[in-house]
Amino acid sequence: MSRFLPAILMIALLALVSLFVGVSDVSLAALANGDGHAQLVLIASRIPRTFALILSGAALAVAGTIMQMLARNRFVEPSTAGTVESASLGILFVMLFAPAMPVIGKMLVATAFALAGTALFLRILRQVPLRSPLLVPLIGIMLGSVIGAVTTFIAYRYDLQQSLAAWMTGDFSGILKGRYELLWLNLALTIAAYVAADRFTVAGMGQDFTTNLGLNYRRVVSLGLVIVSMVTAVVVATVGAIPFLGLVVPNVVSMIMGDNIRRSLPWIALTGAGLVLMCDIVGRLVIRPYEIPIGTVFGVVGSIFFLYLLLRSRSRVA
Amino acid sequence: MIEIRDLVKAYDDSIVVDGVSLQIAAGGVTSIIGPNGAGKSTLLSMVSRLVAMDRGSVTVDGLDVTTTPGDVLARRLSVLRQDNHITTRLTVRDLVAFGRYPYSKGRPTVEDARHIDGALSFLDLGDLADRFLDELSGGQRQRAFVAMVLCQDTDYMLFDEPLNNLDIRHAVSMMRLLRRAARELGKTVVVVLHDINVASCFCDHIVAMKAARIAAQGTPEEIIEQTILSDIYEVPIRVHEIDGQRITTYYR
Repeated sequence: MSRFLPAILMIALLALVSLFVGVSDVSLAALANGDGHAQLVLIASRIPRTFALILSGAALAVAGTIMQMLARNRFVEPSTAGTVESASLGILFVMLFAPAMPVIGKMLVATAFALAGTALFLRILRQVPLRSPLLVPLIGIMLGSVIGAVTTFIAYRYDLQQSLAAWMTGDFSGILKGRYELLWLNLALTIAAYVAADRFTVAGMGQDFTTNLGLNYRRVVSLGLVIVSMVTAVVVATVGAIPFLGLVVPNVVSMIMGDNIRRSLPWIALTGAGLVLMCDIVGRLVIRPYEIPIGTVFGVVGSIFFLYLLLRSRSRVA
Repeated sequence: MIEIRDLVKAYDDSIVVDGVSLQIAAGGVTSIIGPNGAGKSTLLSMVSRLVAMDRGSVTVDGLDVTTTPGDVLARRLSVLRQDNHITTRLTVRDLVAFGRYPYSKGRPTVEDARHIDGALSFLDLGDLADRFLDELSGGQRQRAFVAMVLCQDTDYMLFDEPLNNLDIRHAVSMMRLLRRAARELGKTVVVVLHDINVASCFCDHIVAMKAARIAAQGTPEEIIEQTILSDIYEVPIRVHEIDGQRITTYYR
């Protein structure tokens, strides 16, 4: 607990930096002088963006942890299990068949698709004899590619490829007041995950242990799937996918403090939020006055770390 | 008492457990022995509701294992299968503490802490309590799993090959521990065993299985006997009385 306060201060500091970094000049002095433009940018763009970053970062990292417990595999997260691709297929369907649907409906349809895609992934895992833990993410990435190919084909046919690109690459530059509030749902989902933390730790020990301890394994898996799918759908629908976040954060925290989720989940959420804040600030600074989308920044950071994890585990197994 | 009635389990075309009926009295250590593929593990898994049965029923003190709510049963009966691969990084203490989950549901009380410390010291795990499972040897990990089951503090404790990975010292102390749990705490212990000499020296009751059925059952004096064992294992087995113990030999 004693290390918890500095961590929260660190996040607060990053959030503060995030408020004051950008093309428009928002400074304390300008705000104090009653600069109308600065105030507008702060309230309409910077504050929503900062909240959006924290809410998506924390929830995605938590979703990754739950996925890893359910699949009992270190290398699984929404972008390596077909979840992200399924969610964006769902949004595409809404755009085609019910373009006037409000954003909450869009998110629910995306959740349903994500749920179906992820459940299919877990089902395949049960059927396939897994000789190596490395096969699990491979199967997920393959499934994701198949779903992604279908999505791309449909988007190509109906000239929606630009929208599709927006969902697949996380980007916070478009976040404005009135267009991110759905992300608060992630706060509720993260809290729900914390309440059920022990169940997920138990599920991570496998079906036999779960049954022995008196829990219904299927029910725990279903609860986890709903949380993971909803978080993914909300993030994909509002800011777009941030690949590998749910992989990097849980693995780093696990290396340091283990997998008792009741204990590690607050750290996972904080680290997720901090990392996303940092990467977004970097993306805003590197090619000023332009921006690199966070999906790209994190894609680079995350894939390097993913490779490191794979190589490390290979040398350990072999 | 565990009452097993006409239990059947088949995978595809092969029948693994074929109409087994058996009563395991409360108290004491009962072992299930028999050659590979006799159906011992499947029987144990069905009794502990880890595997669904095709036909028949199992009751534990009158509670039907298929219909009783999982959390109620988890306070009556615990089970440890063989070959447990846990990929999550938990410390020994965390793992053992999860044995209290059926009672605490994640909010451990002082009473739970007492059980956890007791189980850790019972299995000589005090020094390893804060180590992660993936840093332990196979035998140490096995002891941690047994400590978790012990911590669950159920009247019935089922173990599938609990001596796997254990050296002689720890195997003997594990069997002594199970016997102590039965004698002093009134527990009912059921163990699937490979080593018939262990069954002979530590158990109150022996159930011998062969080809999906029960071949014989009784006290060690009744079962550890040349013709019965030779018939079950299909090799000549001789029984010797050494230091008041019945020891079998089958090497030459």
